[in-house]
Amino acid sequence: MTSFWSWWVIVLTVITFVGITWILLGNRKRGEGETDKTTGHAHDGIEEYDNPLPAWWFYMFVITIVWAIGYLIIYPGMGNYPGLIGWTQIGQHEAEVEAAEARYSEMRSRYLATPVEEIAQDPAVRRMGMRLFGNNCAQCHGADGKGRYGFPNLTDDDWLYGGSPEALKATLVNGRRAAMPAWAGVLGDQGIAEATEYVLSLNGRSTDADMTAAGEGHYQMYCAACHGADAKGNYLFGAPNLTNGIWLYGGSREQIAHSLRAGRNGVMPAFGESLTEDKIHILAAYIYSLSN
Amino acid sequence: MSELNAALEHPTYNYKVVRQFAIMTVVWGIVGMLVGVLIAAQLAWPVLNFDLPWTSFGRLRPLHTNSVIFAFGGSALFATSYYVVQRTTQARLISDKLAAFTFWGWQAVIVAAAVTLPLGLTSSKEYAELEWPIDILIAVVWVSYAIVFFGTIVKRKVSHIYVANWFFGGFIVTVAVLHIINSAAMPVDMTKSYSAYAGTVDAMVQWWYGHNAVGFFLTAGFLGMMYYFVPKQAERPVYSYRLSIVHFWTLIAVYIWAGPHHLHYTALPDWAQSLGMVMSIILLAPSWGGMINGMMTLSGAWHKLRTDPILRFMVVSLSFYGMSTFEGPMMSIKTVNALSHYTDWTIGHVHSGALGWVAMISIGSLYHLIPVVFGKNRMYSIELINVHFWMSTIGTVMYIASMWVNGILQGLMWRAYNEDGTLTYTFVESLVASHPGYLVRLAGGAIFFSGMLVMAYNVYMTTRKDVAEQALPAGAAQGSHA
Repeated sequence: MTSFWSWWVIVLTVITFVGITWILLGNRKRGEGETDKTTGHAHDGIEEYDNPLPAWWFYMFVITIVWAIGYLIIYPGMGNYPGLIGWTQIGQHEAEVEAAEARYSEMRSRYLATPVEEIAQDPAVRRMGMRLFGNNCAQCHGADGKGRYGFPNLTDDDWLYGGSPEALKATLVNGRRAAMPAWAGVLGDQGIAEATEYVLSLNGRSTDADMTAAGEGHYQMYCAACHGADAKGNYLFGAPNLTNGIWLYGGSREQIAHSLRAGRNGVMPAFGESLTEDKIHILAAYIYSLSN
Repeated sequence: MSELNAALEHPTYNYKVVRQFAIMTVVWGIVGMLVGVLIAAQLAWPVLNFDLPWTSFGRLRPLHTNSVIFAFGGSALFATSYYVVQRTTQARLISDKLAAFTFWGWQAVIVAAAVTLPLGLTSSKEYAELEWPIDILIAVVWVSYAIVFFGTIVKRKVSHIYVANWFFGGFIVTVAVLHIINSAAMPVDMTKSYSAYAGTVDAMVQWWYGHNAVGFFLTAGFLGMMYYFVPKQAERPVYSYRLSIVHFWTLIAVYIWAGPHHLHYTALPDWAQSLGMVMSIILLAPSWGGMINGMMTLSGAWHKLRTDPILRFMVVSLSFYGMSTFEGPMMSIKTVNALSHYTDWTIGHVHSGALGWVAMISIGSLYHLIPVVFGKNRMYSIELINVHFWMSTIGTVMYIASMWVNGILQGLMWRAYNEDGTLTYTFVESLVASHPGYLVRLAGGAIFFSGMLVMAYNVYMTTRKDVAEQALPAGAAQGSHA
């Protein structure tokens, strides 16, 4: 802050302290006990005694003022004056993080040298991973990791971007952005219905052979590039397998048609900024252990 | 009706507007607290959100806060300040028309709030959610209120201005300043605007407003109430005139600084956090000045507590006032705040002030005032006042005790670490652990709310003109009303 505003803060603070101290001391009545004399005014029958300020209250007030002045000498408060001990909240935070890192990082980084598949067998690692999961991932994927509508189940062996330790870590560090385009404009209502029929047929649920045949044409033209000619998906694009009966956005005819019409844009946030490398490693091991 | 009014009308004073605001205090108290009970139930059983946007917690919570603070509390302040300023200055309100405008204007604000908040129209500023057209109406009503109040003081027939009026006056002036500055915004259309401030400055202005809404609306205004109705009901002189001088000036000088304690350990600069904290600590003594003056006024009249439940309301409200104004400075200390912030402790603290202090002093004052302005000797049933007193006290204690337990539980669970450096508990585990507290809170709130229904019945029976004085059931005599 500029020195003008710094002085503004200091002057206003000093005026307040001087003012309240003056009012407090100026209204003290010394050496007198309780009185039964009133001030002489009466308002709607209410009179007022002129009792002295209670001594304990007076001294409590003085103590808080003295303490406050002391605090403002030691800590920042008076404008740009940094305080005697140079305390800042960011400094306190950094010191606490540093202390925690010193205490815990060695234990965690021990695991960094060991492959994810291996430490996933270690109950202590899984406990740590479960806590990290509970505070960072469970909000979307559920406390049990089984996901829900729009959020993938992490306990089965069906993966959008791959379930290998490397793929899991890449997902955790960088996040993922799915991009299923909206096809309503390209296919039209009839085309969407046909493509839906074909997707259902991949799971043995189609009811109309003509529609399915037409849908297969659309599929090979527009969908196979990402989902693959065999519709088993592609980790590279996060394109799901369409043949295994697992549906991120619901598997009813209407839900599938809606995904085709409007597209889907699932987002997995990146945790590379907020979690350290060793924590990512442990978290990956926990997630790996859920399905292996 | 005009015949009745003529019989009730004090030769000098405008009691009509006092009657209107007094009745609406009871009505809005019931409405606001009912919404409070509903949202407390939603926290215990989320299914009660009914999956509808209009009944979701996020929209009903501001409806609750606005209706209890501004509709219930505001109406109580209007009623008592208009009553007190007339009786202590021995002058009629300067303008009956302007006073009537403040009544209908304020009711219009409340109705507009009750419509727009469930519709999701909000400025998103806590306790200042209403959108700009309503904000302008509030400002107009408030300036009219100031003209009526201070105009009446100007033409007073006594030389001194009684202490209750200092507090009412300080509250009226400061709330006008707070409201206008914090609500400054750039309108986009009739239902949407953007704050005039950005980022941390916006947060600081908001909490400068937010804490002084507590300091001036919910404290100074209700201290004004206390300074008239406690000595009047106890029939005792005020304990210390010089204590009222010291604590009035220091209270208003220091409160205005305390807002930053709502933003500890945030992007707010360190210097502002420190000043907010030290001023909050200093605030303890000025706050307690009011409690001492109220409590000590009763010395020599303690025996009246045995027979007068109205006085009980007042004494207990002062106790809760003293307790929450000790708790507040303590929670403003950064180390304590690091535990208490974002937990239910804050909710408990607010309600020990809101239920224990604000509501109970208002209820006590209304039980004193309503018979006077309706031309009766006393309330219909003193016994029912006593029932209401116990419901209020028990409800408040259950509410704040459960929130203390929940708050400390949450604070400790959130900061607990395992040996391996990971957090011991997930957030949802702290939520599960809070569930019993939510049930106790709901029960406490429901009891307090039911007390308001008892009050409504008692007030209705008191104001009925066909209930003759002699038909009133026998009970302890209520303090006399000159």
